[in-house]
Amino acid sequence: MAVNTDKNSYTILFAIAMVLVVGSLLAFTASSLKPAITKNKEIEKQQNILYAMGVNGNEGTGDITFVSKDKAVDAFATNVSEQIVLEVKGGKILKEMTREEFMKSKAQGAGKEPYLIDIKKEQTKAKNGESRFLPLFKGQQNGKTVYVTAVRGKGLWDAIWGFIALDKDMVVRGAFFDHAGETPGLGANIKQRYFMDDFEGEKLFADSGVFKGIAVAKGNNDPKNLTKDDNEVDALAGATITGDGVSAMIKKDLKLYLPYFKNLK
Amino acid sequence: MGLLSKKDAKLITDPLADNNPITIQVLGICSALAITAELKASLVMGVAVLFVLGIGNVVISLMRNIIPSKIRIIVQLIVVAALVIIVDQVLKAFAYDLSKTLSVFIGLIITNCIIMGRFEAFALANKPWQSFLDGIGNALGYAVILIIVGFFRELLGSGTLFGIPVLGDPIDKTGVYSLGYENNGFMLMPPMALIIVGLIIWVQRSRNKALIED
Repeated sequence: MAVNTDKNSYTILFAIAMVLVVGSLLAFTASSLKPAITKNKEIEKQQNILYAMGVNGNEGTGDITFVSKDKAVDAFATNVSEQIVLEVKGGKILKEMTREEFMKSKAQGAGKEPYLIDIKKEQTKAKNGESRFLPLFKGQQNGKTVYVTAVRGKGLWDAIWGFIALDKDMVVRGAFFDHAGETPGLGANIKQRYFMDDFEGEKLFADSGVFKGIAVAKGNNDPKNLTKDDNEVDALAGATITGDGVSAMIKKDLKLYLPYFKNLK
Repeated sequence: MGLLSKKDAKLITDPLADNNPITIQVLGICSALAITAELKASLVMGVAVLFVLGIGNVVISLMRNIIPSKIRIIVQLIVVAALVIIVDQVLKAFAYDLSKTLSVFIGLIITNCIIMGRFEAFALANKPWQSFLDGIGNALGYAVILIIVGFFRELLGSGTLFGIPVLGDPIDKTGVYSLGYENNGFMLMPPMALIIVGLIIWVQRSRNKALIED
């Protein structure tokens, strides 16, 4: 090799060439794969909502199992009877829209399905003092109507989010949690069935009728969660901050749905 | 192994024991502490590093004569980051479920010292085939330690292996729990991983005195 790799000019040229090659390679990969990735993400959201609703392939006490990928779209269409969008601001509902009304409205770009509402963007809107959209999915579980709500918050490393199915009294009928980058084996276990299943039957209100949320509590001495009215589920060992994130996200985001559930009564 | 010369075979077998990346070179400790609370996560991380280090070493080795020495670390970083991101994107498009499992590890792979360490110490000075073997060897050595640590942490911390209960049910008090045994929650914390790695180093060095530094 006759090239003198120590020369400054060579170093700069090499750096430029490297950036160009790697940059275009990444850009090409990202843009050519984008449609497939978007599709996968949409299906995943449908699977998650269905999971919270109780439409899933869970068997016994095994791992979480979603409705299979190829069936998810059909299952979503049959099981979700209504997609509702609430426009809220300052604890009040400004407007309640059906799926059709929402898809026609220009606010989100016409033609966007309610289940694709970006919760993160909506939270930023609310923070800036604007009104935000809340998605709500109606379906049936054991002959009763359940309402699936969407929540999003912060874990230890990155975002955590979930879908929570409530009945008309705001008692939890199913929960699904996911995370972007919690520690495997610790915080990442919020995506385990034994954690999610604990939420079933938990109430969001204290006996006094005050909205309390559900706390992921350490040392609540009830690992099987037999006491359903204490607003607590058992925490994960070694995942305090992720657990606190789950508590905070439930309390903050489900509060937004309160006016809707009050109207149901 | 008829395929490999003696010298080449050593590239694979050495890192498994006497030149282990974690216990001897002390590289990749951070991820060894972070993700070994479960055996499954240890295994996945081991496979992911095997893949990235094997290919990354070859790429760096192929480029070894044209990389300017002044910016070699940045070049190595770019190679590994680009590689990992492309793999991640392809998985997201064609094997979405797998990519969900791996997503947490992506960041850990890019910042894994073993990868940079082997690029710097080996691939920059050796031919592609040897670099490939070195990458595989070191990744296996890394995986072995991860699996040992993960085995003990999951067994003693949660009483399970690969998520399957092996010691009985801690809540219903069956199996060994009926004898008063309790899971050690401390095993799930990163410091215990460091202690287990320390114990492995101890055992290893007391068996092979040549490894003890003055």
